Amino acid sequence: MSNWYMLTLVGKDQPGIVARVTTALFEAGSNLGETSMIRLGEYFTVMMMVRSDAGDDALCSVLQPVVDALGLVLHIHAIDGGLHHRPIPDVCILVHGGDRAGIVSQVTSKAAQAGLNILDLESDVGGTESEPIYILQIEGMATQGVESVEKALAPLQADGVKIDVRPIDTLIG
Amino acid sequence: MAVLEILTYPDDRLRQVSEPVKQFDAALQGCIDDLEETRLAGPGAVGIAAAQVAWFQRVLIVDVSGRKKTGNHGHLILVNPEITEWDGFAIGREGCLSVPDYTGNVVRAERIQLDALDRDGNALCFDMEGFEARAVQHEMDHLDGLLFLDRLVSRRQDLFQRKVYK
Repeated sequence: MSNWYMLTLVGKDQPGIVARVTTALFEAGSNLGETSMIRLGEYFTVMMMVRSDAGDDALCSVLQPVVDALGLVLHIHAIDGGLHHRPIPDVCILVHGGDRAGIVSQVTSKAAQAGLNILDLESDVGGTESEPIYILQIEGMATQGVESVEKALAPLQADGVKIDVRPIDTLIG
Repeated sequence: MAVLEILTYPDDRLRQVSEPVKQFDAALQGCIDDLEETRLAGPGAVGIAAAQVAWFQRVLIVDVSGRKKTGNHGHLILVNPEITEWDGFAIGREGCLSVPDYTGNVVRAERIQLDALDRDGNALCFDMEGFEARAVQHEMDHLDGLLFLDRLVSRRQDLFQRKVYK
């Protein structure tokens, strides 16, 4: 029986993390599903769905040499389900403004109350050290409609935050 | 009429370049009807190209008239379509009957001028924009053996590429 696991790996960024981790998994007969891998600060972060027949102990021992060599932190979590359950986002929210505490909290709280289910969120701090700017991009499903999300977020514009809520019209052809 | 099997990636036949239609006969009419029935049987497709059902002639169907606030020319059967002018570009999200369970961002011309023939061989000419123009470009790619996967652009970069200033 095939089982799915969510693997989390975090460590100081260096060349070869993805290559070594995925090679170890491949050689152990595991398969990758959806993954997200990105550098945050000086760290490289990996989250990936892995299918394996061997069990989490075996996955752990397969990865241990790579984890030790590269100084990574590994977490393995058994999960239900598998691939091909991908929801299609219907709304995109772009937020930017001068950096200040609470932007993500306020935007996501109001959006959640308006029925937003976040599928993908990434945020970054740009600008300069003395004048940082915050940039937030969200994709999700507006379960109560895109207008509901737009209306809920509109009051935040008054605080000097630029918020753009747009439908994602996916063309199927 | 019949619902035909849709080729799905990585089927090599999706790479085949389709031939222009030369005869506007009963066989063509039957194939067009089957193509439309196949489109309607799928999950909400606004278009379909003949190549997606392993019929390698330059025929496509586009109909975005069912969508709210979307400029359109109604239900279109386009034979031997040619884009004669392009203008502007826009990023949009696309999926495909031939690529199940995946959607991605693709750059397309915002406005096009299109020459084509109808199912009886009469000349057509359209100025199209937005979603309808995108649909035609997506389907025309199929006639040249291309998929939206060949044109993917990063989801992560689009903040600075989209037109956010109104």
